[in-house]
Amino acid sequence: MTLTQHDIDQEIAAEHAAYEKRVADGAPVEHHPRRDYAPYRSSVLRHPKQPPVTIDVTKDPELVELHSPAFGERDITEIDNDLTRHHRGEPVGERITVSGRLLDRDGRPVRGQLIEIWQANSAGRYAHQREQHDAPLDPNFTGVGRTLTDDTGFYRFTTIQPGPYPWRNHVNAWRPAHIHFSMFGTAFTQRLVTQMYFPSDPLFPYDPIIQSVTDDAARQRLVATYDHSLSVPEFSMGYHWDIVLDGPQATWVEEGR
Amino acid sequence: MTKIDTSSPESVLPTPSHTVGPFYGYALPFPGGGDIAPVGHPDTITVQGYITDGEGNPLPDAFVELWGPDPDGNLPTTDGSIRRDPATGGYLGRNGVEFTGWGRIQTDANGHWYARTLRPGARGQSAPHLSVCVFARGLLVHLFTRIYLPGDEAALAADPLLSHLDADRRDTLIAADTGHGTYRFDIRLQGEGETVFLEFQ
Repeated sequence: MTLTQHDIDQEIAAEHAAYEKRVADGAPVEHHPRRDYAPYRSSVLRHPKQPPVTIDVTKDPELVELHSPAFGERDITEIDNDLTRHHRGEPVGERITVSGRLLDRDGRPVRGQLIEIWQANSAGRYAHQREQHDAPLDPNFTGVGRTLTDDTGFYRFTTIQPGPYPWRNHVNAWRPAHIHFSMFGTAFTQRLVTQMYFPSDPLFPYDPIIQSVTDDAARQRLVATYDHSLSVPEFSMGYHWDIVLDGPQATWVEEGR
Repeated sequence: MTKIDTSSPESVLPTPSHTVGPFYGYALPFPGGGDIAPVGHPDTITVQGYITDGEGNPLPDAFVELWGPDPDGNLPTTDGSIRRDPATGGYLGRNGVEFTGWGRIQTDANGHWYARTLRPGARGQSAPHLSVCVFARGLLVHLFTRIYLPGDEAALAADPLLSHLDADRRDTLIAADTGHGTYRFDIRLQGEGETVFLEFQ
């Protein structure tokens, strides 16, 4: 049986309705996707069946997971956060600036931590050998960047607006344009990998990956805001995206890093 | 809205997790990711294993991050895991002298990964272990687990996590000693022998 968009739409609607009912019945809001989310077919054999075992971090301040690996100036180069400058020529596409703050659950800035990004080029093609989409590669764009957050938790990337692209979850499946983000916090428990989307993408309702976040408000937190003050005259469009890390942490040290 | 209002705690809600997808391979892994131990260090151990799915098939598109203390139980605050070359933009590799405690290792085409790191020392109430974070295509939220090393049965018996688990589940967290400082630790995402995964609260 060929799996169609219509089939996936129905599964997405059913998962959404089931979530709304859970919340209406008093279950807590779910900020993250469930690992068992069948509309994204790759999740079917790759999610644990057993519930996770909870570790109460308040019982032992020495827990390994309450600390985080450190990254520094040695781990990045000066132009790592400008993806338009990694080759001799200019990449094709619309230049964009993406900036925001890395925060913890108390709204405090996470300073001096590593943010890594990767993305498709403006035609929707990744510079990855296994990528099967036949859109053109751009010899002047790889689509990989890194930065450290500054003393106020801010990060900033200059890159190219990524294109949407087809994938093989079902027939005529298309991913909305996105940038993959990877973050470290002050504790290993706060580790986060996610994807940032662009405002008003018409593909949102059809995409089982963004829809895996079944809470409507949580899903909105994956979508950047157009911010004219971040647009650079004669150069780039600006997007603002704040990131809030989940997970418990050790007692806050005023000093920061 | 993704400008977070930090004036009240109710408005600071977490950014949802997403899968790493299939194409992180040219972005996140780096050469020497699993060579965490300083070169020639006498307390070096090798840990290796496979990551498998609910049908027992290995995952060629997954990676693990290991994080753990030095043999004295101290957690490093040293950077330099991903040292870069400012001249070429390439990788310099670790300097082979300092211990950062952290590594990132992708599975190969057989779903196999390995790391050489320092034997972790005990911290707090826990038996010595390495903390592990697993990422993969198809995994919508990463998974935490731990690699405990066999040998000190008293320490393992007193560990607050292990002592709360049934014997068969507990065993999924203890690596097999394969001799000469080498250990085997397989990660089974689903089904028979499913690895114990953790959440922190």
